[in-house]
Amino acid sequence: MSAYDYSREEFAAVFAELQKTYQIYGPKRFVGRGRFSDTDLVRYAPLASLDELELAEKSSLSPKSLVFPADETIFHFNDHEFSQPQLKENGEIIVLLRPCDINGIARLDKMFLENGGQADPYYQRRRQRLHFFMIECRESFENCFCVSMKSNTTDNYEVALRFAGDRVAAQIKDQRYEGLFGQKGRAGSFSPEFVSENDKQVELPTVETMPAEMFNHKMWEEYDSRCIACGRCNTSCVTCSCFSTVDLFYADSRQCGERRRVWDGCHLDGFSDMAGGHSFRKNKGERMRFKAFHKIYDFRKRFGFDMCVGCGRCDDVCPEYISFSSCINKLSRTLKGGSDK
Amino acid sequence: MSGNPYQPFPVKITKIVSESDVEFTMTVDASLDMVPGQFFQISLPKIGEAPISISNYGKNWLQFTIRAVGRLTGAIQSLRVGENLFIRGPYGHGFPVEKLANSNLIIVAGGSGAAPVRPLVSQIVAGTLPVKSLKLITGFKSKESILFTEDIQSWKQKCDMTLTIDKPQEGWNGDTGLVTEHIRRLKLDLPDDYQVIVVGPPVMMKFATAEFRLLGVPVDNVWVSFERLMSCGLGKCGHCKIDSTYICVDGPVMNLSHASTLID
Repeated sequence: MSAYDYSREEFAAVFAELQKTYQIYGPKRFVGRGRFSDTDLVRYAPLASLDELELAEKSSLSPKSLVFPADETIFHFNDHEFSQPQLKENGEIIVLLRPCDINGIARLDKMFLENGGQADPYYQRRRQRLHFFMIECRESFENCFCVSMKSNTTDNYEVALRFAGDRVAAQIKDQRYEGLFGQKGRAGSFSPEFVSENDKQVELPTVETMPAEMFNHKMWEEYDSRCIACGRCNTSCVTCSCFSTVDLFYADSRQCGERRRVWDGCHLDGFSDMAGGHSFRKNKGERMRFKAFHKIYDFRKRFGFDMCVGCGRCDDVCPEYISFSSCINKLSRTLKGGSDK
Repeated sequence: MSGNPYQPFPVKITKIVSESDVEFTMTVDASLDMVPGQFFQISLPKIGEAPISISNYGKNWLQFTIRAVGRLTGAIQSLRVGENLFIRGPYGHGFPVEKLANSNLIIVAGGSGAAPVRPLVSQIVAGTLPVKSLKLITGFKSKESILFTEDIQSWKQKCDMTLTIDKPQEGWNGDTGLVTEHIRRLKLDLPDDYQVIVVGPPVMMKFATAEFRLLGVPVDNVWVSFERLMSCGLGKCGHCKIDSTYICVDGPVMNLSHASTLID
C-alpha cells in the first residue's frame, strides 16, 4: 500500500492516463435535467475528464445501473430460438464511488452472485469489469444515515481518493496502479477517513424473529394514504434488486424481438399479481412494511448483515416526503413497546 | 456465458388434453431429472414467461396442466401438437420423497393444486414410490372443474380416495362440501404416524392444515406448496420473497412449521 499527493492538474493528468485503459464512471452533473425546473440532475455517467466529477451533491441515482441496468436485453429471439446478446462494450471500468455505494454493490453481489446457488451471468459479466476507486466521504449529505447502518466504512476498493480544494491525495491498494500513480505524484501518507456521525441516526430493531403482530400493525397505516406507489424509493436505492422480464417484438419483423429484464419494485402496483387474480399487499402500507423488513430485518436473517446502507436516497426522492429513517425509528420504538407516533 | 440459467430451450408438444373450460394438459418431449412438486419456467417468445408446476412426467416426457387465465397461458392454449413450447428448469424443492416413502400418507389437493401432487400420486399408485397407506382427498368447485378425470378413476381403485365438489349440483352423486369437512371426518388412531400434504389456494391451505393440527398431526409432518409470481425461478428477481424465504429456491414445497410463519 502506498500514498501520493497531487495538485489538481497533476491528478487530472493521472485521470487522463487512466482513461487510456479504463472507462471512468462517476457522479456527473446534468444541467437543467433535474426533477424541478432550473434544477440539475446528478447521476452516474462516464466522465470525459476530472472536471466532470461532481462531488458537491449526492447523486440522485446510485451506481447500481453499472451492474444492473434499468433495462437490459437478456435474449434476442425469433419464433424458434433465444440467443444471448454480447455486451456492446466489454472494457474495464473504474467507478468513483463512496463507501455506502461500495457496500450497496456488495449487497447486490449477495443477491445476484450467491442467492439461490447460481450466479446471474448478466450481472456477473458487468460486475467483473468494475474497479472501485473510493471517494473519501467525511461529511454527510442530507438524509444520510450510513453510520447507523455500519456502511460508512469499507476496505473494498483498489484506490481511495481525497479531493480537498486544489489538492488530491490517493491511497493505492492495488499494485497495478502503482506505476501510473507514482510517476505523477509525490509520496504522501494519505489514509482515508470515514464519516463518523450523521445528522440522521436510526435505531435498528434487534429482534431475531419479527413478532407476527408487527406485520399488521397500525403503524403501517400512515403509508396507506401517503405512499402513491411511484416506486422512486426502489429505483433510487442502490440495493433494490427486483426485476421483471418482458418480451417485446419489432414492428417491422414481428417474429423477432427481445426478452428484457427491467427494474421492478415492491412499492409498485402489480408487483405480486398472479395470473387468475391473486395478489398480495394491496395496501401501500403493507408494501412499506415489506420493504422496511427486507432492508433492515429479513435480509439480515438470510445473509448476516442489513440490506439498507443508509444512503438516504429514498428520502431524497420521495414525492410524498416519506422518511425511511423515521420509519425505522418508529418500528424500533414500537417493538420496544413505545409509541408508534 | 455458457450455462446461462435463463436460457429457455424448445420442447415439442406431443399431446394436448382439455381438462375443463379453462384448463388443459400439455405433454412435451423432454428427458430430465425431476422431483414431484418442482416447477418449470415456461415461455413463448413475444409473450413472456411464467412458472408452471410439473403435472406429471416419465422417462422422456413431461406434462404441464395450465389454466388459460392470462396472456401467456392463453397463447399457450392456442399451440398445436407438433409445435414448440420453451421451458427452463426444473426449479425449487419438490415433495420430500424420502420422508414420504413407506409412510402413512394423506394428500389433500384443492382445484389446480391437484396438478403438482399428480406425479406423486401416480408414482405411489404405480408402486414406484411405496407407501404404507395413501388417503387422497381432492376438492373442486364444481363437477365441470374436475381435473384429471381418467387418473381419478384409476386412483379410486388403488387408494382410499375422496372426490368432492364444493356444493351439491344437479347430476352429481358423489361427495360434496369443502375438503376441510372431509378432513374433519378422518379417523387417525396414531396421528403422529402420518405425513400430510396440502396443496391448493391460500385460504384452502390455511384451513385444511388447521384441521390436521386439530386431528393431532404434528406440524413437522405437514407439507404445503406455495404459488407466487416469479420472473426468474433462481432466487434473483425478488417477486416470490416472503420474509427471508424465496419460494422459488427454498420452496415451493415447504414444511408447515416454516410455511406457517410466512406473512406476505
